[in-house]
Amino acid sequence: MKLLRQTFVVTLLLLILCCGIYPGLVTAGARVLFPKQASGSLVGQKGSALIGQTFGDPTQWPEYFWGRPSGASVDPATGVTYSSGSNYGPLQGALKDEVEARVKALRDSGVTGPIPVDLVTKSASGLDPHLSPEAVGIQIPRIAKARGMSEAEVQGLVAQHTEGSTLGFLGEPRVNVLLLNLALDARKPASPSFAKARAEAAASASASAAPSSSAP
Amino acid sequence: MRVFVLDLVFFAVLVLVAVPLGRFMTRVFAGENHTSRKILGILERGIYRAAGVEQDKEHTWRAYAGAMLAFSLLTQLVTYAVLRLQHKLPFNPTKLDAVAPWLAFNTSVSFTTNTNWQSYGGETTLSYASQAVGLTSHNFFSAGVGMCVAIALIRGLARSQRDTLGNFWVDLVRVHLYVLLPICLFYALFLVSQGVIQTWEGPASWAALDGSTQSVLRGPVASQEAIKMLGTNGGGYFNANSAHPWENPTPLSNFVQMLSIWAIPAALCVTLGDMVKSPKHGWAVFGAMTFIAVLGIVAATWFETKGNPVLARAGAAVATNLEGKEVRFGVPDSALFTVVTTGASCGAVNAMHDSYTPLGGLVPLLNMQLGEIVFGGVGAGMYGILVYVILAVFLAGLMVGRTPEYLGKKIDSRDVRFASIYVLIPAFSILLFTAAGLLTEAGRSGIMNAGPDGAPHPHGFSEVLYAYTSATANNGSAFAGLTAFSTQHPVFYSLTLGLAMHVGRFPLIIAVLAIAGNMAKKKLVPAGAGSFPVDNTLFVGLLVGVILIVGALTFFPALAIGPIVEHIQMTR
Repeated sequence: MKLLRQTFVVTLLLLILCCGIYPGLVTAGARVLFPKQASGSLVGQKGSALIGQTFGDPTQWPEYFWGRPSGASVDPATGVTYSSGSNYGPLQGALKDEVEARVKALRDSGVTGPIPVDLVTKSASGLDPHLSPEAVGIQIPRIAKARGMSEAEVQGLVAQHTEGSTLGFLGEPRVNVLLLNLALDARKPASPSFAKARAEAAASASASAAPSSSAP
Repeated sequence: MRVFVLDLVFFAVLVLVAVPLGRFMTRVFAGENHTSRKILGILERGIYRAAGVEQDKEHTWRAYAGAMLAFSLLTQLVTYAVLRLQHKLPFNPTKLDAVAPWLAFNTSVSFTTNTNWQSYGGETTLSYASQAVGLTSHNFFSAGVGMCVAIALIRGLARSQRDTLGNFWVDLVRVHLYVLLPICLFYALFLVSQGVIQTWEGPASWAALDGSTQSVLRGPVASQEAIKMLGTNGGGYFNANSAHPWENPTPLSNFVQMLSIWAIPAALCVTLGDMVKSPKHGWAVFGAMTFIAVLGIVAATWFETKGNPVLARAGAAVATNLEGKEVRFGVPDSALFTVVTTGASCGAVNAMHDSYTPLGGLVPLLNMQLGEIVFGGVGAGMYGILVYVILAVFLAGLMVGRTPEYLGKKIDSRDVRFASIYVLIPAFSILLFTAAGLLTEAGRSGIMNAGPDGAPHPHGFSEVLYAYTSATANNGSAFAGLTAFSTQHPVFYSLTLGLAMHVGRFPLIIAVLAIAGNMAKKKLVPAGAGSFPVDNTLFVGLLVGVILIVGALTFFPALAIGPIVEHIQMTR
């Protein structure tokens, strides 16, 4: 059968090209040209896009800037983070409830002005590392108070970590919250009582294995 | 304002990419000796020799369709086997078990048909081998098949009194060697430079600020990502697709991803103009696509910016809908991405469509229901809009009482019959399957967005309508709240969505090839004073009119029950 031979041989050769040689070349090229980006080892470094902050209840941690609420969960079988948005429709009751709860937490933390919408809505990936400069700005007084820094000093750090739109028209102005928090720790380490609380929280988190996973 | 600059620059760069790429593809498919062929020609000839392909022996439309079906069937079986055997194969760092039978069926159909509907989450279901071989192979193959069919149809239009449309294997090998693979190689490396990962190492773990350990899966993402976009496939490596910071890290990577979705479909307009020797006709088709695209971009941007009053009432400063959107993209880059991905048959997402406002979410729905001809899938968009062109010319002929004629070829009843089949099959598939989803307990069980106490809600209806629209149109994006695979109901959505994807792909391709074969046989007569011109604004207007009227008449009732009712509820 001519058709059979053509089908099998073309499929096999294209498989080798597209699924063997091509990814191999990309992997080799990436390792040579961009080794750090390729392995994802930039997490927590400048230029990193990935969040490293999974506060179960962020309001426990006044010393850190709070990021966006997350719809991501941890897969109980493998322990890896399962990226996901909430998928709430605009009229879903849970959307309203969660935004209201988040607004209340922010008000309780001392925020008085308008609350930027990105700080109370879940991102698409559940791993969004960024906030709008406004959403960071309303948290500055709390950070300054909790860390015993001046607001101007915190403001200076925020300004260093604020990125504008790329080329002036791509993407929104934003602040990488993880990098900002790491910079805070570098500038003024958290108080001993806070460090102790954090260690306890980590211990209890690892003790209670397999967190509940929400519906994808 | 940023949004205007963004959208304008996007279209400008699209044209700048489409012209050289389109001209290059004309030369590739004509078998000319371009520079890259001087380098890779040995490989090309080697493949023909090994497979026993005679370069100069062309296929009739039936033989072309037969080879296409044989190739698609075999590659679908390969993917099914890889998914079912992934626990026995290497590159499985998180020790995942075999993919469940129905899920493997659905996924193999999904990638074979260029749909890339994902009933699974990448992180928790697929090994690196399944991603890189089982899925990435189809990202290339299904794109290649689509382009072959489009070229065969254009050849049918351009030729006079011939029985053949070209050799499927030759077209397929050339499109891989000279178009898809070289572009992807450079594109993937660009993505890595932006922060898309490309590694075979297992998950990365680190201590989060609160002391807990966070672990995120890695893998060969960049190589898959490049062809996922360029081939308008859209199946994400991670569950969050192009919203994941490792799949689409920066606004620049986002811009290039959008561009790469429409690059080949837009370039095919140039190829069309070249091959039928009427560049202005190619640009007229480009213009019709652009017009519909702009309507969608304006609507999506407007409704997402205006947002959801619920957010403002709950205490946010503005109602702008950022639920399900990433801060680095905001509304402008998300809305544009949504129109690009659903106008093409891509289906990658950088924002969650399920969380769009009702009318913002209507835009991607309608884009798919119009048949994905707003640039469309690679190849699929071109042959899709050419079917509409044939209908438009036919209607114009009826209106003035002349024999309809397109590019010097009389349109006969056989052409119109197959064109009607092409338009009717998706309509039946979308509406009947949606009805089945709503009438069965298994179908309703997958719906996430319900009213208080689980009462039926227009958004739940939209989730089901979106699923079958996306599957039939071979798009693959979702109102992702819908659970399409669960251990309680493993069969219903896997089977029905799988059928919808097949119905929306192969019968339509066969109809297109039948038209192509019929056209090729006809004698090319020079255009006369009575021919309907297909290169001016009147033609663009007529084409847009036919597309919108056919789409609107077919789907308005369904859209009224879903997004439109929900919009009224939201704003009252």
